[in-house]
Amino acid sequence: MSWELFWLLVEASGLTIVYSAVSIFFGFLLAAAICGADLSGRAAVARPARLFVSFFRGTPLLIQLLLIYYLLPKIGLNVPSEVAAVIGLSFSTASYQAEILRGGFQSVPRGVVEAADMCGLSARATFRRIRLPIAVRLTLPALTSEAIMILKSSSLISVVGVVELTTMAKDLASSTYQPLPIFASAGFIYLVINLVVAGLGLWAERSARRGHA
Amino acid sequence: MTSLLGYLGGEDGRNILSGLVNTCVLWVVGTLLGTVLGFLTAVARRYGPRPIDWLLKACVEVIRGTPFLVQAYLLYFGGPYLCLELGGASACLTLDPFEAGILGLTIYAGAYFSELFRAGFDAIPRGHIEAATTVGLDRWQTLRRIILPEMTMLVLPAMVNMSILLLKETAVLSIISVKELKFQVDIIGNRDYAFVEAFTILALVYWALVELCGRAGRYAEARLSRYRFAHS
Repeated sequence: MSWELFWLLVEASGLTIVYSAVSIFFGFLLAAAICGADLSGRAAVARPARLFVSFFRGTPLLIQLLLIYYLLPKIGLNVPSEVAAVIGLSFSTASYQAEILRGGFQSVPRGVVEAADMCGLSARATFRRIRLPIAVRLTLPALTSEAIMILKSSSLISVVGVVELTTMAKDLASSTYQPLPIFASAGFIYLVINLVVAGLGLWAERSARRGHA
Repeated sequence: MTSLLGYLGGEDGRNILSGLVNTCVLWVVGTLLGTVLGFLTAVARRYGPRPIDWLLKACVEVIRGTPFLVQAYLLYFGGPYLCLELGGASACLTLDPFEAGILGLTIYAGAYFSELFRAGFDAIPRGHIEAATTVGLDRWQTLRRIILPEMTMLVLPAMVNMSILLLKETAVLSIISVKELKFQVDIIGNRDYAFVEAFTILALVYWALVELCGRAGRYAEARLSRYRFAHS
């Protein structure tokens, strides 16, 4: 296997990173909304939120992607397959991130919140200054694992015709008859990206912990 | 789709049923073999020599750091090129899709399970093991009578989650043409131009299986937790 082929894989991995990053970002926004709805204590919003989480955690991502890919045109939304893929990935990661965030907020010690209340902080200030920072610190390791999970899961968007690392590897493997080195290289590139993300996660955890017990 | 029930009779029904059976076989066999492989890996890493620990750790990290789809492609398409030559005779790893699926799932599950068991080993209070040594249990007895029962309690919830994850990964195997549930329903959906219906039904079936597995797991936890109280 030549360096040219390896370089093509590296270039395609850039797309994998872009699709994953965009999905994780939108997934986080959606997860924050879902988590808020779930913890709001109002059944009218909490129940749909829980149903969303249960569905997207309870079905294979491959099937979610295909369902969204075929469903969107049917309801009159003709979007490129890249958009459908990012929507699928975002919904999936949103459901996982919502569970992580919920766990984080529920693990904030009650005493700390009560103390903030005693000090006369408003509910808004308590959320912004006390509950949110503690929850973020508690959930960083799980959010990092979820980011790695999505980077790996993004290989599935190759089935709806989106070009990324796995698609490129599949095409190159069948055109050069060298599946062994090409898929091994693709795996190696995923591994390197994930190690970098894991490292960034550790760095973020360390900086979030700075100045705290 | 005029009548969903119409699909359950005749040829289609048989294909869907065989797909469902294959999915369940892949899931159960993959989980069981993965548990065995993961346990052996965790034991080897804990009791074996240092280099073995490093080697296995590297393997586990590689498997956990790469997508399952790429692993499946590597096994299924790369396997036939992976040959072992011994004195003129050569043997290659040529697998049919189902074999590649089982092997891939086992390796994938083994890596994740080994990490669960490793955490389980570490979570057992050192005092319990010291107490076992003090009353004269040898290493094997300690493993069987003390470590295993305690660890089962600790890792059971995570194992249920992992087996749910594996059930969902079996759908990926349809991409390397393993004739499981998604593969079979996909064929019918393509033929009748009913993609949305096919994938909606698939999603609902997997959702039901996952919910069922989650409930069974919680039931098992509740049952087993009686022993935890009896022993602590």
